[in-house]
Amino acid sequence: MKNDIILAGVGGQGILSIAAVVGLAAVDKGLYLKQSEVHGMSQRGGDVQSHLRISDSQISSDLIPYGGADLIISVEPMEALRYLPWLKKDGWIVSNSTPFVNIPDYPDINSILDEFRKIEKSIVVDADNMAKEAGSVRSGNMVVLGAASKYIDIPFDSLCDAVRKLFGRKGEEIVSVNIKALEAGRSCCL
Amino acid sequence: MQKLLLLGDEAIAQAGIDAGMSGMYAYPGTPSTEIMEYVQSSKDATERDIHREWSANEKTSMEAALGMSYAGKRAMVAMKHVGLNVAADGFVNSAITGVNGGLIVVAADDPSMHSSQNEQDSRFYGKFSFIPVLEPTSQQEAYDMVFAGFEISERYKIPVMIRITTRLAHSRSAVQRRAQIGENSVSLPEDPRQFVLLPAIARRRYHNLLGVYESLPADEIMKGYNRLIPGKDKKLGIIAFGLTYNYLLENFPGDSITYPVLKIGSYPVDSALFDKISEQCETLLVLEEGYPIMEELLKGVLSGGRTIKGRLDGTLPREGELNPNLVAEALGMPSERGAEVPPVVRMRPPSFCRGCGHSDVYIALEEALKEYTPGRVFSDIGCYTLGALPPYNAINSCVDMGASVTMAVGAADAGLIPSVCVVGDSTFTHSGMTGLLDAVVKDSPVTIIISDNSTTGMTGGQKSHATGRLEAICEGLGVEKEHIRTVVPLKKNHEEMVKVMKEEFEYKGVSVIIAIRECIQTAARRKKDEMARKKGK
Repeated sequence: MKNDIILAGVGGQGILSIAAVVGLAAVDKGLYLKQSEVHGMSQRGGDVQSHLRISDSQISSDLIPYGGADLIISVEPMEALRYLPWLKKDGWIVSNSTPFVNIPDYPDINSILDEFRKIEKSIVVDADNMAKEAGSVRSGNMVVLGAASKYIDIPFDSLCDAVRKLFGRKGEEIVSVNIKALEAGRSCCL
Repeated sequence: MQKLLLLGDEAIAQAGIDAGMSGMYAYPGTPSTEIMEYVQSSKDATERDIHREWSANEKTSMEAALGMSYAGKRAMVAMKHVGLNVAADGFVNSAITGVNGGLIVVAADDPSMHSSQNEQDSRFYGKFSFIPVLEPTSQQEAYDMVFAGFEISERYKIPVMIRITTRLAHSRSAVQRRAQIGENSVSLPEDPRQFVLLPAIARRRYHNLLGVYESLPADEIMKGYNRLIPGKDKKLGIIAFGLTYNYLLENFPGDSITYPVLKIGSYPVDSALFDKISEQCETLLVLEEGYPIMEELLKGVLSGGRTIKGRLDGTLPREGELNPNLVAEALGMPSERGAEVPPVVRMRPPSFCRGCGHSDVYIALEEALKEYTPGRVFSDIGCYTLGALPPYNAINSCVDMGASVTMAVGAADAGLIPSVCVVGDSTFTHSGMTGLLDAVVKDSPVTIIISDNSTTGMTGGQKSHATGRLEAICEGLGVEKEHIRTVVPLKKNHEEMVKVMKEEFEYKGVSVIIAIRECIQTAARRKKDEMARKKGK
């Protein structure tokens, strides 16, 4: 078993929380893991990505090779497309539909969504609204993870456990909002 | 023992704590920042009261660590590659003095310049200073090399460098901890004159250092990190330094590699190892992350030797970091990219956070400078460097920590008046203060704008030495009190800021304008923490 996942977004959107949830669950299952992150300058509103690799055997490179990712999970639609060179020919792409507009030349959202329509194995979810319904717009990252969860070879219950572990310190309310968000994402794509 | 999921940086920090380190010294700099941050948040470090306060700059951190080593304890100092330029005087001479307690210098290089102004290779500094270098392949090896580094350091009484690059620093993996070692107690060096580098003593120490350096490749620990892995296919021999070994293995799943491979993790390297692989293989491929230092050495200057492939003959790119695909292409293996990026995808460069005080400073500065010709704003390293990008296009330089002050002084010397500097608070106390003293001594017509967000922002909001001290520092350095002006960079204060700037541009001596408003990121975090604390009560 081996899952190579690219997580994408804009600095500050919470892709590292997605990485932490999958990472915790993977380690709990006794899997190997390597996960590279972007720190520093790009975190100031620039494009950020994380290479997340889980496997039942040793992992060599911290970076996923081009054409090697099984899955792209993105919390921003334009950012999802930026990493297509890394995606396998039969890989899946799961993205939030709400754009994060912090550049003057951000393209028309319809032209971005058109690109997703060209990709057969793509799923676009309205994560911001679903997160709002779950209790907090800030848990949109968990909605996207939930939507992508069936392409990750970790049982869904393990992901929920990892959410409890990760957000436990912040109180029961935050845990339940994030679990709800994760479940909402999961149920919309089964 | 417990397994932890750690960044390369964090693995080094945890290893320091476990290996009896008494002091961690650093100035923030990507990709090294998380080493100190991890020590600061460690329960063990707090309980043992391991030194974990940030230093003013890399030079002071290097020297303080050397001082702790003088007093017999194990110390570690961490910095980004360009930080080593700042610390270089202490670093190079620490090899001559040697150490007492174990001393590890962590240099975190940033090939491809993800967050830096160059991609210099710190292994050069190791060779230049006759300091052994350990270069880990994985988070686990980074952890283990700290134990090894302290042992080598105390065995030979020299500092040891651990060189990492961005990919390892900021990549997470499982790390197996070892049993903790107790800290050393205070003890003075056996030779009371060891650290007194008067020429007569320095010559003796240097002679001694050269002997030690020569003997290092034969050391058991050093040797353990360099090994020749046999292979049947002698068409090619591969020499993989540090992290590049991972990219090599990535292309041969399940240990299916058939070429002989020399894996190198410690320097200086026993030259017999190079002979061994070169005897077997007519062609050698050299994989190095950073500069082609070893490739150049192996190639030598004489023609007619072995064919050496690598960064110098175009087999690999001359610049930038390596990855599995580049190594595959160097091996002539297929490397397939996914779909191309559709043209609808735009660049998304980093930018000021919404509501950042730096942007208010630049908006006011643009207006205040309207009546002057362009090209007179010298800036520096930090979040405010983003003022170089549209829509601001506000600054004309960003070179090295503190250079904004001194370059403004030099330009004023040349007659570019007014000459303006925009520097952050932490960068100012890092290396701007001494330049301001130069300006005061000759009464330069410069305006120094310190954009004070009361934190070290770009690296994620570490404590700034400048907080609450800037006025006193400037006054102490001799700036006239009436030309130390304080403004609050908010939209509503725009007119006042422009007025203050214009007045000080007119003044033909040294002015300092302190534009003070807390970083909105650290302010938000502080408020959240306060709320949480209130709730907790």
